[in-house]
Amino acid sequence: MPFSLLKYGLTNDYPFEDNMDLPLPMELKDNYDVVIIGGGGHGVATAYYLAKYHGITNVAILEKGYLGGGNTARNTAVIRSNYLTSEGVKFYSESVKLFQNLSNEFDFNIMYSSRGQLTLAHTDGAVRSFRQRTEVNKHFGGRTELIDPQQIQELVPTLNMNPANMPILAGLWHIDGATARHDAVAWGYAKGATQRGVELHQLTEVTNINTVKGKVVSVETNRGTVGCGCVVQAVAGHSSIVAAMAGFRMPLTSYPLQAMVTTPVKPFLDPLVSSSALHCYVQQTGRGEIVFGGGSDPYPLYNTRSTLELKESLIASAIEMFPFMANFKLLRQWAGTTDMTSDYSPIMGLSPVDGYYLDAGWGTWGFKATPICGKTMAQLVASGGKVPELIAPFAMERFDAFRQVNEMGATAASH
Amino acid sequence: MKIMLCPLNGARNINEFVYGGEVKAMPNHQTCSDKQWAEYVFYSDNTIKVVREWWFHSASSYWFIAERNTASDEIIRSYDPSEIFSDSVNFDHGLNHDGVKERDNG
Repeated sequence: MPFSLLKYGLTNDYPFEDNMDLPLPMELKDNYDVVIIGGGGHGVATAYYLAKYHGITNVAILEKGYLGGGNTARNTAVIRSNYLTSEGVKFYSESVKLFQNLSNEFDFNIMYSSRGQLTLAHTDGAVRSFRQRTEVNKHFGGRTELIDPQQIQELVPTLNMNPANMPILAGLWHIDGATARHDAVAWGYAKGATQRGVELHQLTEVTNINTVKGKVVSVETNRGTVGCGCVVQAVAGHSSIVAAMAGFRMPLTSYPLQAMVTTPVKPFLDPLVSSSALHCYVQQTGRGEIVFGGGSDPYPLYNTRSTLELKESLIASAIEMFPFMANFKLLRQWAGTTDMTSDYSPIMGLSPVDGYYLDAGWGTWGFKATPICGKTMAQLVASGGKVPELIAPFAMERFDAFRQVNEMGATAASH
Repeated sequence: MKIMLCPLNGARNINEFVYGGEVKAMPNHQTCSDKQWAEYVFYSDNTIKVVREWWFHSASSYWFIAERNTASDEIIRSYDPSEIFSDSVNFDHGLNHDGVKERDNG
């Protein structure tokens, strides 16, 4: 190795340009079959499945910042499918299955780690809802069990069984629960997509969307206007802002979601643990850091500042669960902007504008759905607007028909 | 600690308040279509600018309106709803709480 390094030290030919994961920046073309707004996990995954499974490669991903720099980089990387409704469980189970094979599919390590996820019940009501979630999950082929306090203690010996004087009554033990390196997921999809001819344009901000007779025709950016056959909007927290450019409103409210991470400590926590009453979820990364987060901020804001109130309450909850965490040092604290729907399910599929497809309303639960979103949005685009069965219940028009898909209990604070 | 200026109680910790959504015009629930009602209930501008919002001081059960910048979180102004609304909405329209028309005993 040192000799080859020395060789490149004495020549002007550097090896990396042929070997790069992503192509160099290029000019925008005048026209694309598909324009994807947003270069996060969902956007690049859609491009990847379009290129790989549908042979559609005249695709541009327009990203105002950098690849995977928004909520893809800010989530707490929880992968699970133990939701409440059959629509939700079917959808997220497919996502977990895709995640399990993603490193092989990419030939790129996403550091998928199947740890299991444990949600704690402190009230009889929570136990009842866990029982229902267990059965729904099993019915659709997931591995979920209701476990008692003794089993919980065996799984997580360091857990305080009486946090905040709310004894733990039972646990929802989701064996399929996992975590992965969130950046690597975006990089893997982006590498696979760009190798097949998709163009990724970073630092390219969409400034307006033009429609003719109710159909999208072109997208204006800070680098010029591009014509398009259709558009996929996958912009997370800014969904309402971009939709307004296309001329419609969405049933969304954008709230900040804050999380934090400690400096690394020796391994003590294998599963991902969350408490339904303390609104806190805790996990240890492969590097030994403890990542923990809670619910969204109490009121909407387009800002990723952190607040003392949330820091105090979140740290208090984490210490109730694992009292010795009081001695840990915080490494970092951050926030992301989450576009929340009122039923805690996403908005996927058609919009009031022809050829303009939505992947939005991902609130605080978007990362775990990255592969299945990419796959189903690619099917939607490739079929010219035929909504795949798996995402039909998540259409935006469900709100007009008062047909919400209620996932609030299964989403809040378990992420 | 973030401070909200309550028109009734003065400067208080923002923890004492509950956010109540954007101020929007309510359609007449007796005559509007389902779509119009859904627009009112679920849809919002959710935009980046100074927005007029409902806020509630929970300790004193007082609803008021605040103008707040949704990017900087700066609260520009807060005032009693009577500045905008001259009369309150009557939900009854001759119906009692079960939605049943009250018998006319006259």
